[in-house]
Amino acid sequence: MNQHSHYDVVIIGAGMSGLAAGIRLAHFGKRVCIFERHNAVGGLNGFYSFDGRKYDVGLHALTNYVRPGIKGTPLGKLLRQLRIERDAFALCEQKRSRICFGPRGELSLRFTNDFAVLESDVADRFPSEIDGFRRLVARVKEFDDVSLNATPVSARVVVGGFLNDPVLVDMIFCPLMYYGSSSPGDMEFGQFVIMFKALFLEGFARPREGVRVILRVLLEKYREAGGERRMKCGVRRITTDGGRARGVELDTGEVITADHVISSAGSAETDRLLAPAPIERDAAPTTGERLSFAETITILDRDPADLGWGEDTIVFFNEGFRFHYERPAERIDRRSGVICFPNNFDYGPGVRLPEGILRVTCLADYRRWVSLSPDAYRGAKAEDYQAMQTSALRFLPPPLEPLSRVTRATDMFTPRTVEKYTGHLEGAIYGAPTKVRNGRTKIENVYLCGTDQGFLGIIGAMLSGISMANFHVLSKGG
Amino acid sequence: MTKDEVKQVVLDIIADIAPDEDLSNLKPDVRLRDQMQLDSMDFLDIVMELRKRHGIEVPEADYIQLATLDSCGEYLTPKFNALTSKG
Repeated sequence: MNQHSHYDVVIIGAGMSGLAAGIRLAHFGKRVCIFERHNAVGGLNGFYSFDGRKYDVGLHALTNYVRPGIKGTPLGKLLRQLRIERDAFALCEQKRSRICFGPRGELSLRFTNDFAVLESDVADRFPSEIDGFRRLVARVKEFDDVSLNATPVSARVVVGGFLNDPVLVDMIFCPLMYYGSSSPGDMEFGQFVIMFKALFLEGFARPREGVRVILRVLLEKYREAGGERRMKCGVRRITTDGGRARGVELDTGEVITADHVISSAGSAETDRLLAPAPIERDAAPTTGERLSFAETITILDRDPADLGWGEDTIVFFNEGFRFHYERPAERIDRRSGVICFPNNFDYGPGVRLPEGILRVTCLADYRRWVSLSPDAYRGAKAEDYQAMQTSALRFLPPPLEPLSRVTRATDMFTPRTVEKYTGHLEGAIYGAPTKVRNGRTKIENVYLCGTDQGFLGIIGAMLSGISMANFHVLSKGG
Repeated sequence: MTKDEVKQVVLDIIADIAPDEDLSNLKPDVRLRDQMQLDSMDFLDIVMELRKRHGIEVPEADYIQLATLDSCGEYLTPKFNALTSKG
């Protein structure tokens, strides 16, 4: 491939947001190149191969799923903006999910891609709250959640104006936080609205082959539009001159010039790229303010349903009646988490995944993982794999066979793994707590996209790339 | 180019941007966004496709001129013809 040393736009990172920005820019004739340090695309939503199997990272389910014909939602917007046909993502809908609280998950709210299911469970379990709940839903529907200049408001304060029962409030916040909150305890109301729509009013779906289907479509679009991409080619520094970026310097020392730089590296991470001399990754001060997660993956020799686990797609569990979304006081937080069965999407009659998959995600404390020696790290992973498994199993019916007998393979990733492969400080899945909605940085022609711009989740990430490419480059005619 | 040809150019662009919209019964004198789900991102795309495909520039202050198919015809036809005459 022809490689140039000047581009209209350089994009840092080949995750969902960088790829989406790249497609927009290349489609409209910009000469654009995406630089990615890792050897695989996807960033926080990638996949990896291990022992002959492909594992998704990040994606439990694509949120924001709506059926064909429903317009004006984020999924439709992004398909239009990227000129992607709906069928290309081959999305299959979830079967059903639930939020369960209590030592054995006794109190549960079910939800599916039909909002009436959640509404009726709220009416049944919290009869005195249903009117407030309906008013909250009306408020969510009318809220302008895509404004790039909205004033931040506490979601707990707003929701508290509609609902009185703290248990119901926490049950609603639990999945929204797990799937898209970078801040502990509370969310910004705009973000709450985005997530409420994404999970409850819209819904979950997944391509049968997982996240790589979506990545494949994005790569194909980007290539067709004429975009360039250089893998295993990290950006070590953004070079500046008199308050403007001149371009980037690669890990190899190669210098590339560009009119604009769009960075999906993160806000603090991008600031470090703007420092006069390259800063080693290890020199990062650890604030511990970013939230990260650990995830266990268990490959089973049969469908989860055949173990008596039913057809749950996603289960958000919490052993208490109050929910704590915060940096845990141990390596992982055993009190709550998310179970995902990729098998339990509706892939069509008779279509099954080749193996059963059980994924469990819990909050994790980066600082307690990063300081471990290699031996201690391996030991911690083994111990916490068991702890997470044990914790999650409390919220499922007892398996018909002992798990050890039906398990074919296991794997686990930690905040340390996430940081290593994505470069996001502290393994932050949803970025820093403070977002920069308009994507501006201290340098006028350097912009953020991705988690620290603040549209989260897979659909959010793509919309982030699209919005920033539109707002900062395309709409200026530049 | 005639105004009708220019309107067809705009319709072709909308068909590509919003393949999920039914364009068969659009009223030429009613605002496009009142007949279809078109948001500001879609309007930006109409403008950018006009530039990409036909070299037509629409300054931001003139976006309002693209409100209906009729107004698109009125506003864009002289621009198309100016381009053709320049050859």
